[in-house]
Amino acid sequence: MTAAVDLRGVTKSFGAHRVLDDVDLELAEGTVTVVLGPSGSGKSTLLRTINHLEKIDRGQVRVNGTLIGYRRVGDRLHELPERDILRQRSRIGFVFQQFNLFPHLTVLENVVEAPVSAQHRKRSEVEVEARTLLERVGLADKAAAYPRQLSGGQQQRVAIARALALQPDVILFDEPTSALDPELVGEVLAVIKELARDGATLVVVTHEVGFAREVADTVVFLDGGRVVEQGPPEQVIDHPTHERTRAFLDRVL
Amino acid sequence: MPSLSTVRRSAPPTTTASPSSSAPPAAEPTRPPAASISATSAASEPAAHSVPLSGGGAVLTVVPRRNRWTWVGVAGVGLLVAMFVNGLVTNPGWDWPTFGRYFATETVVRALGTTIQLTVLGTVAGFALGLVLAAMRLSSNAFLRTVAWAYIWAFRSIPLIVQLLFWFNIAYLYQTISVGVPFGPSFASVETNDLLGALGAAVLGLALHQAAYAAEIIRGGILSVDEGQREAASALGIPRRRQLTRIVLPQAMRSILPNAANEVISLFKGTSIVSVLAIPELFYQVQVIYGRNSRVVPLLLVATVWYIILTTLLSIGQYYVERHFARGSARSLPPTPLQRLRARWAGIATQAARRPEAVGR
Repeated sequence: MTAAVDLRGVTKSFGAHRVLDDVDLELAEGTVTVVLGPSGSGKSTLLRTINHLEKIDRGQVRVNGTLIGYRRVGDRLHELPERDILRQRSRIGFVFQQFNLFPHLTVLENVVEAPVSAQHRKRSEVEVEARTLLERVGLADKAAAYPRQLSGGQQQRVAIARALALQPDVILFDEPTSALDPELVGEVLAVIKELARDGATLVVVTHEVGFAREVADTVVFLDGGRVVEQGPPEQVIDHPTHERTRAFLDRVL
Repeated sequence: MPSLSTVRRSAPPTTTASPSSSAPPAAEPTRPPAASISATSAASEPAAHSVPLSGGGAVLTVVPRRNRWTWVGVAGVGLLVAMFVNGLVTNPGWDWPTFGRYFATETVVRALGTTIQLTVLGTVAGFALGLVLAAMRLSSNAFLRTVAWAYIWAFRSIPLIVQLLFWFNIAYLYQTISVGVPFGPSFASVETNDLLGALGAAVLGLALHQAAYAAEIIRGGILSVDEGQREAASALGIPRRRQLTRIVLPQAMRSILPNAANEVISLFKGTSIVSVLAIPELFYQVQVIYGRNSRVVPLLLVATVWYIILTTLLSIGQYYVERHFARGSARSLPPTPLQRLRARWAGIATQAARRPEAVGR
């Protein structure tokens, strides 16, 4: 069985600073992976390489066996034309820390836009589906509202519905609750937990260790651009073997 | 205890609490007279003083601050406005009867049509080319960026009037225009003067001039859209052109529109420069008329009033277009002046409906 997400020797530098250093990661389909690590450890960059929002310097990224962002010719990788990359991305959901909803479009239009323009599906069909998705995230009554009329938690739930509308193979969450008021974090995590229960493949970068312990199948601890430790939460969070993991957990718990 | 009561007696009325905080009257040196007057009452019934100070219960009316100098300014400016209006009405030099005779004559209206035509063509072609130039300036290709930059640099440097005269005299440089292989054989050719008359030269000049400014306005608008919007569209796999037309440009319009409206209005008035090419637009036409009858002032007034009317219409249009693109930017859009007027009218109507009974009693 091919892994849902497969990273091999992924290396990425911003100037002289090496953000990702030879990262190998293999995530099985239907699993929830939580990436923990101190700020600046490369968590977000790692997530962004999976849908090629960030180009890599070396290594390869595969989603469901498909090489992302590049075409292999011999032992070289050639970057794909943007059109092909966009097509690949429409199978990979991405949820941003700052939601990034389109403020000039209604909630429904936000959800419908990509399936229609990127996947060429019929608008009427997608709209019915979008309403079902909005119901699923508890926002059926907000379809006609504009994003700025919603709370942060509601906006992030719309963003999740927008990602789901593409029927993605995997959904990536980049610190989905970090921009939220503390009392709004719960509603967003609840939606993500439900997705996990339904068997979606999720990769979540977060600081919510409690969430990681409860939902994650695998916890990956990243520091200095390297995977320091990885395994089930009861191992990585409760019995970390590495000093750096322990130090980090002591600080956040 | 006696010592405590003397302390109380000398305390300012604000302090009804602990003796330690009220102890030295020197702490509030500005208030000793008031303190000494109310000292006895403060000692006998401190509760009476604490009520107005805490504001408990009583509803207090707020009186807005007024600035005397504002009224002096209003009076002064009002006087000047009154003098100006008086001059407009009473000064025979304005010659209002002549103004009335020429305001809507056929030649003037036809000239106005030419002015509008020049404005529309200049705007449409200018902004279309401007959009291309803006996209080039934002391109990742250095050559395209440089060419667009050079175009903008050149056309912003050359005065419009000079440029118009260049286009008008283009036949001096190129007698014929040919279609064919660049640097190779040509298939067809026409006389430049047949292809590009005075009006063509004017439209071309206005459009090319406008494009340079439009490009910068559009580029500024695109840059004002949050990078996250483009990133989100890209992460969703939305095709590149759709990202621009559906996600970025509608949001950029918010900052493009006020500047674009400025440009359209200044282009509209700028068409008067085209009179150097002897094109019968509004300004040229009134010049022709006053050249014949020497009534310079009333005829300049004819042109002025038409420019004002059309600029007003453009401004109203601008308001509604801006409102359209403001969707989602605020929690709810403010009412339009018309809606506000209607609401006020409805308010007056209900008040009027209520009033008769009050009068009846």
